[in-house]
Amino acid sequence: MDRVSELLQELKTIARNPRKSIETTLKNSGKKGVGCFPVYAPEELIYAADAIPIGMWGGPTKGNLSDRYLQTFCCSVMKANTEQALLKQYDLLSAVIMTTFCDTLKCVMENWKAASPQLKIIPIVYPQNRKASSGIEFFKEELMRVKGELEEILKCSVEDHRIQESIDLYDRYRRAMGRFVKEMNNFPITFDAVTRHLVIKASYFMDKKDYLQKVEELLGILQNRSPESSSGKKKVILSGLMSEPEELLHLFDENGFQVVADDLAHESRQFRESGPEEGDWQTRMAQRVAQQDGCAFLYDQEKTRGAGLLRMKEYYKADAVVLIQMKFCDPEEFDYPILKEELASERVPLLYLEIEQQMDSLEQLRTRIQSFSEMLA
Amino acid sequence: MESIKTSKQLLNELLEKHYAEAFLAKERGDLVAWCTSISPQELLTASGIYALYPENHAAAIGARKKSEELIQYAEGKGYSSDICSYARVNLAYMEVLDSEAGNIPKPDLIFCCNNICNTVIKWYENIAKELGIPMILFDMPFNHEYEVNGQNVKYIKRQLLEAIENLETITGKKFDYDRFGEVMKISRETSVWWKEASLQARRKPSPLNGFDLFNYMATIVCARGTIEGRDLFKLWHDELKEKGEKGLGPWKDQEEKYRVMWDGIACWPYLGDTYKVLKKYGVNMVTSTYPDSWYIVYDENDLEGMARAYSSNYVNRNLDFGVDNITKIVLDFELDGIIYHSNRSCKFMDFRQFEVQRKVAERTGIPSVIFDGDQTDPRAFSLAQYETRVQALVEMMEKRKQEDRG
Repeated sequence: MDRVSELLQELKTIARNPRKSIETTLKNSGKKGVGCFPVYAPEELIYAADAIPIGMWGGPTKGNLSDRYLQTFCCSVMKANTEQALLKQYDLLSAVIMTTFCDTLKCVMENWKAASPQLKIIPIVYPQNRKASSGIEFFKEELMRVKGELEEILKCSVEDHRIQESIDLYDRYRRAMGRFVKEMNNFPITFDAVTRHLVIKASYFMDKKDYLQKVEELLGILQNRSPESSSGKKKVILSGLMSEPEELLHLFDENGFQVVADDLAHESRQFRESGPEEGDWQTRMAQRVAQQDGCAFLYDQEKTRGAGLLRMKEYYKADAVVLIQMKFCDPEEFDYPILKEELASERVPLLYLEIEQQMDSLEQLRTRIQSFSEMLA
Repeated sequence: MESIKTSKQLLNELLEKHYAEAFLAKERGDLVAWCTSISPQELLTASGIYALYPENHAAAIGARKKSEELIQYAEGKGYSSDICSYARVNLAYMEVLDSEAGNIPKPDLIFCCNNICNTVIKWYENIAKELGIPMILFDMPFNHEYEVNGQNVKYIKRQLLEAIENLETITGKKFDYDRFGEVMKISRETSVWWKEASLQARRKPSPLNGFDLFNYMATIVCARGTIEGRDLFKLWHDELKEKGEKGLGPWKDQEEKYRVMWDGIACWPYLGDTYKVLKKYGVNMVTSTYPDSWYIVYDENDLEGMARAYSSNYVNRNLDFGVDNITKIVLDFELDGIIYHSNRSCKFMDFRQFEVQRKVAERTGIPSVIFDGDQTDPRAFSLAQYETRVQALVEMMEKRKQEDRG
């Protein structure tokens, strides 16, 4: 097995086995784990507090314990997280950062306080008026509060320079990821849709420094390799909350698609925006959020997501956009009619797929993806 | 001699006038804003901008059984049937601009406050984008701590100041602080009379048939900052007080047997049906979480107080506050039971309901039921299920009464 295959295999295994990976990461690093709810969390602060930020984006759960707290029309990611909390799966975490990007998240946080009192919950509110000076000042104070709570729970003191170093590391990771996802496009066979997703996902369960090292190593090798042929593949951009279950992506691979870019909250939206390099740490973190546009969870008066997708389509010479709609995810659902019109006016083919994170059968999706492939051919 | 009008007559007149004046304002060339139901309208009135409320309008369309066609139109545009039905009704109306239930003019400005949910941000963002008009957003952070903390108040106060600057740019006029002070004063008085009127339902029997809260709600939303609104709610209060002092209950033909609270928004397309089922069993819905929602009270010219008051809305508060709030209502109004509306449109209200129900039951011991419905989508409600739940509640309430009687 060559080094690339070896690294990819390692990252895929990590992504496919979150619990085991987290245990290994915490054991090897000797650090504590702090869970991070979707969509964004102040990972830089956690990392600076010498802890590992762990992504909490649901999973393939089967039970129905969460029905005690949430109606059937709640999004499957939050149901899965709640299920796992009730099964005490998250007790290995020293704290959980809970967010309020949508109404469901606010309610889930409140339920968890009652349902899982053993977990140490740190709420964080990202301002929606994030570009205005009111929002920037609020967020700076919010970050200070969260830092204080982290220090108390983790029994440590986080010095400013450690946070600056942590932001530097995260920005390096974000820039590397930007290069990495582009580089993947030269290797459509190695980086099929499933591999692309899993390699990005692995970062949620690893020490960022170790993850970055592997990404940089991969980049170093790939940049000196001759590209693979992508002839015959239909190039698509994925947009939405996330592209799980994994079987969904198998359908894209089976039908000759190449994912050339994504606008998924779970993937590229995490790293496509780097913050300013100068300034105090609070400003650097707040400005990064202020700069980030085209995300369903961040107020955007201009609603630039469609324009962003059109630019991506142009840049990556994509054939189509696939909107993966997590059922019951309101913020994403509201964006769809606008995106649909904007893409249609530029004659960009769009496939809309409604999914849940845990699905009994993907047969309907298979048919839709097959037909879409035929339509593009 | 002019006959003395009842508050109910005035209520209808006031609503008609509200919509008629909106068209006149538009014709005059005044700016019209579409606003969320608990937004700082004081700023708009002081700026000479006419405020309209899509939630009110959608509810009225629902109550007049005209929502389904608009809902289908919105779904045809790609709006999921899982999103808020007020939003679906309004986003369709924005294009159709015609409903047999009554019309409102197109907005020049969007005025959005997320103290009621984050869904309104997405909904209003879409209107602003589709119509190419400015949007002012008041971001009121979810109060995960029990009280509204100073950090949130500071943020909201800054946004109020930023909004004043934005309004000056939009209108091209200096902000009228004197008018602002006057509207603040009237709004406060209206809020107090609204609350005082609703508190009359604490009497046993209650002179208030609580479904009137749903009828009067449209007016507290749209006329809070007006003298007519203030006078209407004072009159309503006086009528209820007088009725209460005479020992009169909610109905002429029937006695109030059970007193319940309704948690959540009404099922507008089935307002009459949901009411009749309760009345059939002698159940009076004496209160809901509405009285406090428009009890927005702060001192004149106190922007911090204003920020705190607008952020204090119960849905924007944490679960412990929600439980304390309902517990207090149960005790104050001497309730026998609670009806929780699991409203398919409102995830923010729904997804805490199960835990709130358990905790309130633990604290108060009173029975409750949850039924499935929707605020304006007629397809998401079953009258049969509703009646079965109400029957179950009545049985539990009756059993408890008998136990109390020993």
